[in-house]
Amino acid sequence: MATLPSHIAPSAAPGPTGARQPVYALVGNPNCGKSTLFNALTGLKQKVGNYPGVTVERKVGVTYTQHGHPLTLIDLPGTYSLAARSPDEAVTRDVLLGRRADTAMPDRIICIVDATNLERNLYLVHQILDLGRPVILVLNMMDLARAAGLDIRVARLEKDLGIPVIPCEAARGVGVIELKLAMSRPDLPLSRHAWAVPPAIAAAVSELQASLQDNDNKPPLIARAEALLLLTDQDTVRVAGSKPLSTRTQAILDHWQQRWETDGTDWAGMLVNARYDAIGELTAHIIRTGGQPAGPSVSDRIDGVATHPVLGWIVLGTIMGAMFLSIFTLAGIPMGWIESLVAWISDQVSALLPPGELHNLIIEGGIAGVEGVIIFLPQILILFFFIGLLESTGYMARAAFIMDRLMSKVGLNGRSFIPLLGSYACAIPGIMAARTIEQPKDRLVTILVAPFMSCSARLPVYLLLIAALMPTDTVPIGAKIGLMLLMYALGTLGAFGFAWLFKKTLLRGAPPLMIMELPPYRLPRLRDVLMQMVERGGLFVKRAGTIIFALSIVLWFLANYPKVPEDRPDTDPLAYSFAGRAGHLIEPTIAPLGFDWRIGIGLVQSFAAREVFNSSMGVIFAVQESGDEEVDTRSLRDALRAAERPDGTPLFTPLICLNLMVFYVFAMQCISTLAVVKRETNTWKWPLFQLGYMTGFAWLVCLVVYQVGRALGF
Amino acid sequence: MSDLLKLSELAIGQTATIRELPKTGVAFIRLREMGLLAGTPIKLVRIAPLGDPIEIKVRGYSLTLRKSEAAGILVEPQPAN
Repeated sequence: MATLPSHIAPSAAPGPTGARQPVYALVGNPNCGKSTLFNALTGLKQKVGNYPGVTVERKVGVTYTQHGHPLTLIDLPGTYSLAARSPDEAVTRDVLLGRRADTAMPDRIICIVDATNLERNLYLVHQILDLGRPVILVLNMMDLARAAGLDIRVARLEKDLGIPVIPCEAARGVGVIELKLAMSRPDLPLSRHAWAVPPAIAAAVSELQASLQDNDNKPPLIARAEALLLLTDQDTVRVAGSKPLSTRTQAILDHWQQRWETDGTDWAGMLVNARYDAIGELTAHIIRTGGQPAGPSVSDRIDGVATHPVLGWIVLGTIMGAMFLSIFTLAGIPMGWIESLVAWISDQVSALLPPGELHNLIIEGGIAGVEGVIIFLPQILILFFFIGLLESTGYMARAAFIMDRLMSKVGLNGRSFIPLLGSYACAIPGIMAARTIEQPKDRLVTILVAPFMSCSARLPVYLLLIAALMPTDTVPIGAKIGLMLLMYALGTLGAFGFAWLFKKTLLRGAPPLMIMELPPYRLPRLRDVLMQMVERGGLFVKRAGTIIFALSIVLWFLANYPKVPEDRPDTDPLAYSFAGRAGHLIEPTIAPLGFDWRIGIGLVQSFAAREVFNSSMGVIFAVQESGDEEVDTRSLRDALRAAERPDGTPLFTPLICLNLMVFYVFAMQCISTLAVVKRETNTWKWPLFQLGYMTGFAWLVCLVVYQVGRALGF
Repeated sequence: MSDLLKLSELAIGQTATIRELPKTGVAFIRLREMGLLAGTPIKLVRIAPLGDPIEIKVRGYSLTLRKSEAAGILVEPQPAN
């Protein structure tokens, strides 16, 4: 096909009748610089979404040929092998094998490898060359390879493999132009990829290949590649959207495996060995190690401190401390801006709209609903920024390495540590960060227990109740801090306890593995970290925003309707509303915990966000707002301490305050979190389960605390 | 030829050559795919602060695995020189 110069040819996607530009897939091991290369190729022309039915990120970008034609590039999840062990890896496998209905098989494949670690990286390349499609090999981190004393003969590698090999330093943009030129070639050579399948399993491979061609309608080369894969993969990880094997092929596979098991053939091992043998022959000619002695690398020296038995904890504590300090101090500033901006918009709208129902709906329902979505953003973005920073420097893997033993006590692995820790700020980014956990069951357990970690929205509630519980002047500050820490400890214990329970019962699985690469430390790429942060923030707004917005309006409606009739001016509108009635309605269930209907209203309204409890108490006990937060808290505290039950006894006794705090520790009271869990698990089943078990557990604990407390005379 | 040890029994800093891996098990297939094969030289770099997992150097990169998996891998330690 003749390509026209860019100023003549339309740059729009070619029509269905014209020759279409090939679709590229980008594949590579984790930590080889794949995202950096993807960003360098596509810039901001990226679309991030999900593969339908699985929570695996689907990234598609557009890059341009030297003639300005757009090329589609799919960034597939990083993997060490096509024999998938996790949903992410299964997606990579299924897309490359053309098994997914939602993504057409890519025409061409770009394999990116870490040049400092060629042997292991070439294993995946070797599997991909089996597919018999045009491949471009990108040798990334050539600068680091040179620094490590490796001399890689690129021309020889290109000649031996028979495909374009592009040396590259993606982080500095070196080699990107050359790669684009290769991608623009109308013809790409196929690799001379010949390797000997071990004789003991060759017969099985041919038989499976024939069956895959006949019964699963696979083209010959794909059938052979898939036959080879089935022997190491056993097709254990299936994800929604991928087509299952035909029964005939499955029967052949089972037959051979039984036979080999009886005669002791190590079939999977033989296959892996054969590939590494082929790779060894290849690399023997192309890598020459320089004369530099292999002394301890920079990474080794950093790890001497970062994973040191004593210093390691100090480093971990300092980094986590700095992270939280920034979230608590930095997030407050933009959150203030958002609040002022929302207040300003509300004022403008107020000036435009006459007072009335529509006015209230827009300001208290609509605008407040939008605020409910974006008010979380500063915390979410900052947390994602830190998580991205920790990931791109390589420290994340070290944190998992240090914490793995502790996490293994409850049946999880070190990767659950950061999502749970992040949940202290806000469960939403914590739950979204659980995507880095490979095993689906471990991921689900982490998601289910994450909201037990006391998030920042509980903090104002704790502060108010502690203030109501202990008058400032008589109680030492240490007691207050101690009580606060006790609440955090209770939540953490709850999370670990339930994680242990779920791993023992509901979500029992193989003990989690902790096979993880510790990548060399690298300077973070700010651009990549920021792009990822914006992407994830956008994902939250797009995917959870609508649910949060809709539920906020529902909550507003419940708190405002029905209206108090004209003839009863003394009735409190909140008490008269559905929310108020819900407070009455749930009173019989919360009375055994010592809570009355007024507290019930606060509990119901907390679903918008837990800190709404404070303002809802303010409304119920008619506290005048002064605009000064400290004064407001103090007057609210005084109002709570003055509140009485109908019989004249105080409502907020120390026991009740304590019990309320305990309730806030354990209960699931956040629609935003539920919305995110729904999105992350693709079903309402898990968020509803979470709502039920957490709130049920909170109720039980509070029942025990109140009844025992009363029996002891408090 | 010296006696075989479990990978989990190596001392910090000790180098060895892998001799045997279990034939089955998801973990061991993945470990092979990541380059741990019979004949591959490895070095135990360090043990996590709480005693598990361990970090080894293999084919020029660092890998962690738990002692429970490492106990299934037999290695031949290199004589200290």
